[in-house]
Amino acid sequence: MALVSAAFLQLVQEFGNRLELLGQVLARLHHLPRRKRWILDQFYVGGVQTFHVVLLVGLFMGMIVALQTGVELARLGQQDQIGMIVALSMAREMGPFTTGIVLSATVGSALAAELGTMSVSDELSALEVLSVDIVSFLVLPRVFALAIICPALTIICDAIGIWGGGFVAESQLHVSWSLYADGALDALRKPGQLIPLPIEIYSGLMKAFVFGLLISVISCASGLKARGGALGVGQATRQAVRDSIIAIIVSNYFMTWFIQQMEMR
Amino acid sequence: MSEAASNDVLIRFRDVHKSFGDQEILCGLDLEVRRGKTLGIMGGSGTGKSVTLRHVIGLLQPDSGLVEVDGHDMSTITAKDLAALRRRMGYVFQEGALINWLTVAENLALPLRENTKFSEERIKELVQEKLELVYIPDAGEKLPSEISGGMKKRVGLARALITDPEIILYDEPNAGLDPEISASVNHLIRELSDKLEVTAIVVEHRIGCLKIVADEVAFLHEGQVLVLEPTESFFKPTHPRLARFLGDGQD
Repeated sequence: MALVSAAFLQLVQEFGNRLELLGQVLARLHHLPRRKRWILDQFYVGGVQTFHVVLLVGLFMGMIVALQTGVELARLGQQDQIGMIVALSMAREMGPFTTGIVLSATVGSALAAELGTMSVSDELSALEVLSVDIVSFLVLPRVFALAIICPALTIICDAIGIWGGGFVAESQLHVSWSLYADGALDALRKPGQLIPLPIEIYSGLMKAFVFGLLISVISCASGLKARGGALGVGQATRQAVRDSIIAIIVSNYFMTWFIQQMEMR
Repeated sequence: MSEAASNDVLIRFRDVHKSFGDQEILCGLDLEVRRGKTLGIMGGSGTGKSVTLRHVIGLLQPDSGLVEVDGHDMSTITAKDLAALRRRMGYVFQEGALINWLTVAENLALPLRENTKFSEERIKELVQEKLELVYIPDAGEKLPSEISGGMKKRVGLARALITDPEIILYDEPNAGLDPEISASVNHLIRELSDKLEVTAIVVEHRIGCLKIVADEVAFLHEGQVLVLEPTESFFKPTHPRLARFLGDGQD
């Protein structure tokens, strides 16, 4: 029982620390113009360097969705619906989810390791001693960049996934490209009640934005509190990736529920 | 102690205790550093030398007792006052603690860019001035990964000096330096104390260094000051524990 309550207390503490860090970041948004150089650096590290991974994973994700659903639809003689299904799956769930997972594994782990190494090698103490605001200097550019990168890469992931699905539909399920594309485009045209944009697109991008925030805040918080040399950096990195993935999945459920509730009004 | 002497004390430790887990590092530390003087701290590994320094600059808080810097109680100081106090202090870390993705010049310029309204031109001048002071005038464009350990140390020293601090804390300033550079760094520390009346604490194992830079030397043993004497008499030890510690190491 004591073990359970200690674990619960630690969980609450972790959650509180991350919420506090997010609050500190939001309170420093007016520092953004001063951090242009570091934000651009993070765009390069988080966006350009992971672009090919998202491209590859997104392509195969779309192909898998097309293949899995297409075979079942073909049995029912409904394979003309495959464009709609792949487009909806990618835009609503698979695009942001896949991008979020790829970013947690690549950028999130790198963030935690980088800040963790700075922590154990006294670089963070040095910044503190120099009266440099660590949140403004280190965390803000990373959080802002990842919150922008995640939706941007999600658009790429959606597009390549839908294209990959079309490739499978045409080559393996004998659905014409035009039929597939018409189905996909029709599915993505429906405007939302909440925002006057296609609901499937904005709901996915909204999720991606939240995933970007979660990954960056969790990873930075884990890195900043790393202690005890290489072992501590390893623990911080592992914790960052694990917690980011959990946060993506849990928040995804609640966001899906929220969007459905809002759109059903 | 007279009132005048008491007012002259810039850094004061009173019965300071600090533990990490079960391990008590400082066990009732009492120590004073007078304005404009340089205090050397010696002691075996794990006796709390670096921990003492970290208390002075507010990186650590005591579990109990008082740490006072220029009249500020470091346990109750506000974040704003601490930031202002830190701007008057410099800290030379053991390994340099340079930001590895900034060039040497950017490392030095960082506190000026973050905390002052100096023009870029003025910042560049100050950076070059400090690089010349530590004998590495051409290192500005290099990354920390491209310079030796000794050079990192000197960059760390230059960064600590960039704001012309009134108090400088040196954590083993000679570690990793060759004898020639070591001697020049020691003379630089002495010069800063003599000319600019900088108050300093130097944690160091090298006797040669402390003989040059320190006005007084404290010997820490089991988290307390065992011996505190003017430098000259410190190295003619009468206390058996200090005599054993210094052993044949008196260079």
